[in-house]
Amino acid sequence: MRFVDEFRDAEKAQALAAQIAALCEPGRQYKFMEVCGGHTHTIYKHGLEDYLPESITLVHGPGCPVCVIPMGRVDDAIFIARQPDVILTSFGDMMRVPGSHGAFFDATAQGADIRMVYSPLDSLKIARQNPDRRVVFMAIGFETTAPSSAMTVLRAKAEGLENFSIFCNHVTIIPAIKAILDSPDLRLDGFIGPGHVSTVIGCRPYEFIAGDYGKPLVCAGFEPLDLLQSIYMLMLQLKEGRSEVENQYSRVVPWDGNPKALQVINEVMELRPYFEWRGLGFISHSALRVRESYAAFDAERQFLVPGVRVADPKACQCGEVLKGVLKPWECKVFGTACTPETPIGTCMVSPEGACAAYYNFGRFTRERVKEATRT
Amino acid sequence: MCLGIPGEIVELMDDRPDLAKVDVSGVRRAINIGLLENEKLEPGDWVLIHVGFALSKIDEDEAKAALDFLEGIGQAYADELAALADSKIE
Amino acid sequence: MTSQHQQYQELSREEQVLARIEKARARKAKLKEERITLSHGSGGKATQTLIEAVFLEAFSNPLLAPLEDGAVLEAHGGRLAFTCDSYVVSPLFFPGGDIGDLAVNGTVNDLAVSGARPLWLSAGFILEEGFPVADLERIVASMAAAAERAGVQVVTGDTKVVQRGKADGCYVNTAGVGVIERPGELGVATARPGDAVIVSGPIGEHGITIMLARGELDIESEVSSDTAPLNGLVERLLDAAPGVRGLRDATRGGVATICNEVARAAGVAVVVDEDAVPVRPDVRGACELLGIDPLYVACEGRLVAVVDGDQVDAALGALRSHPLGEGAAVIGRVRDDPPGLVLLKTSFGGTRIVDLLVGDPLPRIC
Repeated sequence: MRFVDEFRDAEKAQALAAQIAALCEPGRQYKFMEVCGGHTHTIYKHGLEDYLPESITLVHGPGCPVCVIPMGRVDDAIFIARQPDVILTSFGDMMRVPGSHGAFFDATAQGADIRMVYSPLDSLKIARQNPDRRVVFMAIGFETTAPSSAMTVLRAKAEGLENFSIFCNHVTIIPAIKAILDSPDLRLDGFIGPGHVSTVIGCRPYEFIAGDYGKPLVCAGFEPLDLLQSIYMLMLQLKEGRSEVENQYSRVVPWDGNPKALQVINEVMELRPYFEWRGLGFISHSALRVRESYAAFDAERQFLVPGVRVADPKACQCGEVLKGVLKPWECKVFGTACTPETPIGTCMVSPEGACAAYYNFGRFTRERVKEATRT
Repeated sequence: MCLGIPGEIVELMDDRPDLAKVDVSGVRRAINIGLLENEKLEPGDWVLIHVGFALSKIDEDEAKAALDFLEGIGQAYADELAALADSKIE
Repeated sequence: MTSQHQQYQELSREEQVLARIEKARARKAKLKEERITLSHGSGGKATQTLIEAVFLEAFSNPLLAPLEDGAVLEAHGGRLAFTCDSYVVSPLFFPGGDIGDLAVNGTVNDLAVSGARPLWLSAGFILEEGFPVADLERIVASMAAAAERAGVQVVTGDTKVVQRGKADGCYVNTAGVGVIERPGELGVATARPGDAVIVSGPIGEHGITIMLARGELDIESEVSSDTAPLNGLVERLLDAAPGVRGLRDATRGGVATICNEVARAAGVAVVVDEDAVPVRPDVRGACELLGIDPLYVACEGRLVAVVDGDQVDAALGALRSHPLGEGAAVIGRVRDDPPGLVLLKTSFGGTRIVDLLVGDPLPRIC
């Protein structure tokens, strides 16, 4: 597969790994955070850490849009799904996220009509095919996905559809990164910056991280060689005493982002004054909602959602994992009470969650498997 | 959720300028290219596909530059290994 | 504390956590849900839990316990294999076949991988009121053709009709009986370090075909179902390589699920080489597009064999000499440690685990 296979080449990985190792100062530890859940997934899926020296640790960040959805919002979505004639449509990743009384998955077992879609346009299709039903799309994701939701609303408006709306849970990445930067618990040497979010917002929004906080940031692609190269670029910056925003994913990310995408988001949506993030608490201007002018397509206005704030279960330490303070296996309930089968928190149920990635892909110690995987 | 995958535009739709058919390793799907309306996409162009929308046009020059960099690192590594193998410490 | 000492401490702590998790996983599964969910039908963890907590509990007997694809029964001086399967695939007709093909081939294959010569099938139909007779005739014609191809006969059957809205067109159940003429037992629990894991051809074709055939994704592709009867292939394999420990039909849950079953049943590690796993480019493309791992996608005409390391060449030769086994390949090896785990050496050169899936990316595929 073009633009994919070339970036998964094992030989080049070894070469990059050697260069990275050569840049490590003896006795120094390095900590980089990969913000994006997609990067966490790649790291574990391809076994990237096998290529990194012991002195480099990757800390998993809060860039998993499923992981940060509070339980109350899941309850609200299920409330909507239970209304008469409603078809709730959602990406697959949301189906198992636990609310107070179960996930979407359990709601379907109890009779709600909740359908998995690959694209918001698929929900539009369902709305067209079912004019007597009210179709709601559970819109989640960072700025990567918000333009698609916005375009879908514009399309619905252009077609004069009256039975379609979105339940908007889009969040924005910069406030999340800022929360990490301002967190006293964490000492990071740099950031592996989001890849696909940056295709929309560009690289400029990260400049304050390098400028005001003095931490280098490299926007990275999602293939394992992209990540290795980004780590190499970060190490080079540290070696050379630089603190800049660099774009490793330049084949896809334009420095100025996608103006059209930003324009459609702005047309249909606006920033909420504040929004609750699971584990991170209330953050101001960190999430999007549908504008008044598109009220007919706003599920929150069309259905009177309870909007109850639900505290995370006491045992849940998702917040600390999301901030990178705890490694997944350091959470008290990891793997015992909280498993992919019986998740307590979102980090374990989202395919991009750090806990899910570690449990499903990384649940072994390097030493022990060296013998087994020796060829 | 961050799932974005490169695909090649194989067909534009005359009646729907906001749609195009893409090919990913022999599998085809119609996607919305409305977010790239200023790019004047053509068959043969590669785009990044995310939940049914094209988010960005892949810059083939940048892709080549990225691969050249990796080749260069690979070559430098191979050269060093070869040099190491050849050198004799007396 | 030096950083090396710190790292050692950390290693032990992580090891401790991992050991605790393994203990928790080994405990008897408890069914926590009050209602059946789609996960319970996926072939992964939830299905296993349901089987152990409900069915095994109630039916407990040594013939059921091995939970292989078919039960081996002693009767009148010989051995029989007995199996059953229900088919609820949606859509009923898809590129490469239909529910009828699946119903015959699937049961034939379960018997074949039990080491039996498949002979007799039953066919039970649950039909929805309003279902077109022409569709039923089409399905039955497929079954007749598949039965002839496999050399089996449908010797008994049943038909029920339920009200409109209750059976999604047509559900089929087939049970099958075969005779075991070879000595020895087949079972993946006998896998031991040094064994090879072989797959008979490219994976994931059936599952992807079904997903695309549902039409919801608007994806066009040439992929078609690999449904086929494997009894001829199995005969050839067992003739050439008596050192086959166990065979499995790779259906729901894919090759990854079978490797996990081997690892757990035998208490061994299975190390899979990602580069060695045969996948067609268009199946791979569809999987990338949808974010699914082909290792978990169902097949309907592929077998997985655990073979004594010394007999790999003989086994591969036998499989590749048969049209249904042309793409056979060794995809992994059995090791002794860490027991119960499936590891993947990625194309990239790193390592990761391949666990059982909890839910199912592709509901109702067979």
